[in-house]
Amino acid sequence: MTALLDILGSVGIWEAVLRIATPLIFGTLGVLLCERVGVLNLGVEGVMTFGAMSGWLTVFMGGDLWLGMLVAGLCGAVFGLLHGLFTVSFGLSQHVTGLGITLLAASLSYFIFRLAVPTASSPPTIDPFRAVDIPLMSDLPLVGRVLFGQTAPTYLALGMVVVLAYAMYRTPLGLAIRMAGENPHALDAQGVDPIRLRLLAIAAGSAVMALGGAFLTLAAFNSFFPTMVQGRGWICVALVVFASWRPARALLGALLFAFFDAFQLRLQTVVDTVPYQFFLMLPYLLSILALVIMARRARVPQALMAPYRRGER
Amino acid sequence: MRFERRENPGAILTMCAPLAAIAVALVLSGLLIAVAGASPFKAFTLTLQGAFGSRLGLSETLTRATPLILTGLAAAIAFRARLWNIGAEGQFLLGALVVPALGAMPFVAALPGPLAILCCMLAAALAGALLLLAPLGLRLRYGVDEVVTTLLLNFVVLLLVSTMVEGLMKDPLAFGWPQSIPVPDSAVLPNLIARSRLHVGLPIAVGLALFVWWVQSRTVFGMRSRAAGLNPAAARFAGVSLGRTLVVVACLSGGSAGIAGAIEVMGVKGYVTTDLSPGFGYSGIVIAMLANLNPIGVIAAALFSALMFVGADSMSRILEVPSYIADVAVALSLLSVLLSVFLAQYRIRR
Repeated sequence: MTALLDILGSVGIWEAVLRIATPLIFGTLGVLLCERVGVLNLGVEGVMTFGAMSGWLTVFMGGDLWLGMLVAGLCGAVFGLLHGLFTVSFGLSQHVTGLGITLLAASLSYFIFRLAVPTASSPPTIDPFRAVDIPLMSDLPLVGRVLFGQTAPTYLALGMVVVLAYAMYRTPLGLAIRMAGENPHALDAQGVDPIRLRLLAIAAGSAVMALGGAFLTLAAFNSFFPTMVQGRGWICVALVVFASWRPARALLGALLFAFFDAFQLRLQTVVDTVPYQFFLMLPYLLSILALVIMARRARVPQALMAPYRRGER
Repeated sequence: MRFERRENPGAILTMCAPLAAIAVALVLSGLLIAVAGASPFKAFTLTLQGAFGSRLGLSETLTRATPLILTGLAAAIAFRARLWNIGAEGQFLLGALVVPALGAMPFVAALPGPLAILCCMLAAALAGALLLLAPLGLRLRYGVDEVVTTLLLNFVVLLLVSTMVEGLMKDPLAFGWPQSIPVPDSAVLPNLIARSRLHVGLPIAVGLALFVWWVQSRTVFGMRSRAAGLNPAAARFAGVSLGRTLVVVACLSGGSAGIAGAIEVMGVKGYVTTDLSPGFGYSGIVIAMLANLNPIGVIAAALFSALMFVGADSMSRILEVPSYIADVAVALSLLSVLLSVFLAQYRIRR
């Protein structure tokens, strides 16, 4: 019991929460944006992998860290457009397309990585994002390092939550985005082309997901290795349901989730009577539990997974 | 741009479209090989040679195709009824884990060969089926989408396997390596050809594919499962119980994936490790889609994937093109086949 309190009382765990949450925030926002316009995006796992690889490779080849983030985002957008071409323009199965994009993006990442770094027993490293140091703020007791000692992309992720939440509920564009996922026919009647809007939203959403992947290689770690995304993309898909398709709740979900993850990591070192794998299972089981709790209450976008064709009901 | 459904797509168009799509995917992969600095023609020749050119290569390709046929079936059966089982990877691993666990029991190890094998396969099928019934139950009871739950369970099962091979089921004679106790001798699948790894799992897998084809096209249940997928509302109106149909579908689907795992352990590896499956479950999804969810087509698609994987392995050893090119080619094939089936059904009008 005292061990538990020790864990909760340490600054380390609270610092870790925001760090672990960052890729989930990016990923969840990306998936949320796609689903809000009516498209399920199961490409997230692969797009995050590609973002992780392309961002890392850019920096490894001598690029700036922010250039790495930019390249990752652009690559994500390209996969998003491919996804949109299949699911929105052609109206093909969103499940199959998403899984196809995941397989393609992940295997392409490994292929390109091996091509760029042919033989290396240990993955080469780059100089990652450092924790920002805001004078005075970072020195505050307790909250100083937790809130003001993170890396820059974490603040970008938090900023995106605010921007997306504001844009979605307070701007005409946001209204159009929500309508595209609820009733695209009505949107079309208003003079906005739902197909074009959906394509744009998927490209933007996929770019944001890719940033989540890039965070892993450019801030959380300093190297790329296959399977490093480890199902974070799928967890994001679950978190969107948990968040009931709302950006602010997505942030809450990601933080809650990251807290449990940080907690189990520290618990592993204290409790040695239970195999460590059981702790590693917790994030996945928690996601399933979150889905069970929220599935009935969640307000699903009404046109989710329904392809739009003008003049067809 | 708009799309118009073709009145009569025609047999030739329907047949040729997927083949043309695979050709396109191979051309794109060829471009990637050229980027990697090798000659695409040479690479494809070496791939074919590696997969078919020798007795060893051919038997390796068929050995590799065996679990792929079964995981392909798992996806094809489920997807036809719109049950999105993305958890074949986990069902495969759980099915595999059941075999050494069961083999550790004295009465199973003492059974004569065929009975021990049958016993292990049934237990593996049960394990795979139960692992899929849980998410199906969540969907039917609470309305939880099974795509995410089946996916997440894959990670849980992999960790369970890791727990077992490092703990309870660890082989004490393996010099500390995390691997499970071996399959008992009575449950080892006999080889089909001497001096190769090809085992009787192949005819079992092909037999199951034919059985599933028969069930789907010639029985009432097959009709019900297709109806449940095509139009659940109409199916319910026609008196088809959606829940009951999906439960049977889940048993068949999860069962196939479980058997795939059991056969891989009993026929090839002999024990379980965490890297037993190089993504057999995920490849099964691609295979089912390439086959357009047709059980007979699954056999052909599984052979195609096995060819790519085995051939690319030997090609990459010679040309130094990363062997991940096989995964890229298979993923490209999936997307282009998906597109080609659409283009065969619709006409694009400006």
